[in-house]
Amino acid sequence: MKFQNPAEEAAMPTYRIIDADGNVVDQSRDPSSTPAEEIIQWYRNMLTVSIMDLIMFDAQRQGRTSFYMVSAGEEGIAVGSASALSPDDVCFLQYREQGVMVQRGFTLKEMMSQLFANKDDNGKGHNMPVHYGSSKLNVHTISSTLATQIPQASGAAYALKMQRLINPNVPPRIVACYFGEGAASEGDFHAALNIAATKSCPTVFICRNNGFAISTASIEQYKGDGIASRGMGYGIDTIRVDGNDFFAVREVMLEARKRALEGDCRPILVEAMSYRVSHHSTSDDSFAYRAKREVEEWKRRDNPITRLRKWMEKKGIWDEDKEKEARASIRKDVLREFAAAEKLKKPPLRSLFEDVYEEITPEARTHMKELKELIEKYPNEYDLSPFEGGLKSLQ
Amino acid sequence: MFSCRRNTRTVFSKLLRSTSQCRSASQASTAARLNRPVDFKKTPILHQTQNSARAAFGLSQDAPVDWVNLHGAINTTLHHALKTDESVLLFGEDVAFGGVFRCTKGLADEFGAARVFNTPLTEQGIVGFAIGCAAEGMRPVAEIQFADYVYPAFDQLVNEAAKFRYREGSTGGNCGGMVVRMPCGSVGHGALYHSQSPEALFTHIPGLRVIIPRSPSQAKGLLTAAILNCNDPVIFMEPKILYRAAEEFVPRDAYTLPLDKAEVVKKGKDLTIISYGQPLYLCSAAIEALEKEIKGLSVELIDLRAIYPWDRATVMESVQKTGRAIVVHESNYNAGVGAEVAASIQEGAFLRLEAPVARVTSWGTHHGFIFEKFHIPDITSKHIGSSVSITRC
Repeated sequence: MKFQNPAEEAAMPTYRIIDADGNVVDQSRDPSSTPAEEIIQWYRNMLTVSIMDLIMFDAQRQGRTSFYMVSAGEEGIAVGSASALSPDDVCFLQYREQGVMVQRGFTLKEMMSQLFANKDDNGKGHNMPVHYGSSKLNVHTISSTLATQIPQASGAAYALKMQRLINPNVPPRIVACYFGEGAASEGDFHAALNIAATKSCPTVFICRNNGFAISTASIEQYKGDGIASRGMGYGIDTIRVDGNDFFAVREVMLEARKRALEGDCRPILVEAMSYRVSHHSTSDDSFAYRAKREVEEWKRRDNPITRLRKWMEKKGIWDEDKEKEARASIRKDVLREFAAAEKLKKPPLRSLFEDVYEEITPEARTHMKELKELIEKYPNEYDLSPFEGGLKSLQ
Repeated sequence: MFSCRRNTRTVFSKLLRSTSQCRSASQASTAARLNRPVDFKKTPILHQTQNSARAAFGLSQDAPVDWVNLHGAINTTLHHALKTDESVLLFGEDVAFGGVFRCTKGLADEFGAARVFNTPLTEQGIVGFAIGCAAEGMRPVAEIQFADYVYPAFDQLVNEAAKFRYREGSTGGNCGGMVVRMPCGSVGHGALYHSQSPEALFTHIPGLRVIIPRSPSQAKGLLTAAILNCNDPVIFMEPKILYRAAEEFVPRDAYTLPLDKAEVVKKGKDLTIISYGQPLYLCSAAIEALEKEIKGLSVELIDLRAIYPWDRATVMESVQKTGRAIVVHESNYNAGVGAEVAASIQEGAFLRLEAPVARVTSWGTHHGFIFEKFHIPDITSKHIGSSVSITRC
């Protein structure tokens, strides 16, 4: 009789291509052959996220937006994984994957429209900031509830698989599903991976293990070997990757996508290790539960952006001047879209009642009418000026 | 205007004695005058003749109709949906072998394991999976084995399915095409966890459609519409006691019924009874008894069918005519559907009301195993409710 003791097992290794100094450690995947323009674009996308994060964090502090969530330290996971996807692939995000949106082509204008919930916001003013979505880019709109997107990603992948069975001319597609290590404690995570495995769904589950769920450190979140060790229990091909290593994340995702679509399809679990440099959100001060020194140490020691920059500088495709120029131009673009989006009107009041059902119900029409009458009776109690069309939209 | 001779529950409860209704843990009385088992072979709720079915659906005299029970009607509806639209999928626990209530019998064999399949035992997984399927253009029909077990999926239904279209806004994303079927209600021996009717938990949620059919022919039309035509997520609750008990003539060809319209099942002028699902049979029996007892009385019976969004107009029109209303449902009293219907009647027909709107429901307790007959509404309770309502002028 032998009880298996997980503590006696070796931890699952972490895959890397370049180390913290930008040196290649897996020569079999040396990224040198990738065109420089592509690499620079990925780097710029990470910079864009990083610069926008700082601007929007400050904007919230100034009271110009209600809320924001930065993704400092995790830009490599988002941009790196998204760089390996096809535009036809479907994405379900959590809320710290701005880099996926940027990499897939969500414009700064679209991002700012969402953040300011203006009339051009895809969400029509329904959602809090950072809840992006785009049908054009095949990204489902983000839900605040943690982990609910994971079983949906299993079902969505099954739908894509069925559509190819119905029509073999449809290109093969996967679903990429993102979540944090905290969300992986929800029952939805278990349900999703188990169902995806049993139904052979082409879903790549990408867990961003950034060490924190708001204040709860991962040591209080789970006892086993991270999230990756669970993949084995579900019978799912699994890999752990260094989330600060852009190239490693990208290569892992390329391989995961390929495997997910092989034969009868199958799900893949990727655990990308990183460190949440930022506070959880603008409503959080993480120095209440971790030392500022620890964060500074992480920032100094390793970061996906500086790591890729070091590699690019070694290759001679990047330098201090290019860095300055890139940062200045991105900052300018972000501020321009920020200013433009902030000025725009809010979606019409009618949007409050739309999209609950496909058609507005008789009940909602009654409520719309009652709201209109209320505002007409007490015009000084409500400020209609920000809303496009004012009271007229409530017809 | 009408007198009621014995209008307290106490008097009628003396009539309750044990009887031999099969498989019931609590028994009806052999001496019962009112609380007799529903005679499904005679009830006017069901189409007992071919012509009744044809007339109800506006069909010609030679239109084919079949004698089927509720699970049979659901089975043929699912068959039709799978055959008509290749984006329809059917899954849940034990669905592949036909389902524990036989509603999916034979479908895996005919349509294959890719379209009709078992899932692991995970309600939140089943509904989450269904939402994802629907969001990518399929029309998934997910089965929750008993309504009593839907709660692990509550988050997926309330926070996800109901809000999906709203969250997506102008991206147009939605999970319409998803139907979550679940058997509900008591059967005589289900106790706490095989008897529940949790519809009121979902009727509070904008974004979900909640439908409960009363009969095989109604189930066929409503479920066909829910799966093939509706672009909102639908919770389709099937009163499981009717699966075998309710048999009637059902049009053979496919048809749909509206998912937002109540139906006046029986016309009347003095009192409106509003109900849905299984209690309609009891309402019908109680009305029959009462109309015999009180000369000249005529009671209108309305089947809501759509529990949310629901058809206030039809109910209001009826109460404007009768001036009295009772709402009947099997689920609990507090904050049940009856509360919403009664409040709406009070708002919409207050000056016309000649008596307070009454509610006849289960008590505010659980489905104790041996106490079912005393817990859920029966013919006596409806009879009394009606009498009280009528005498209060």
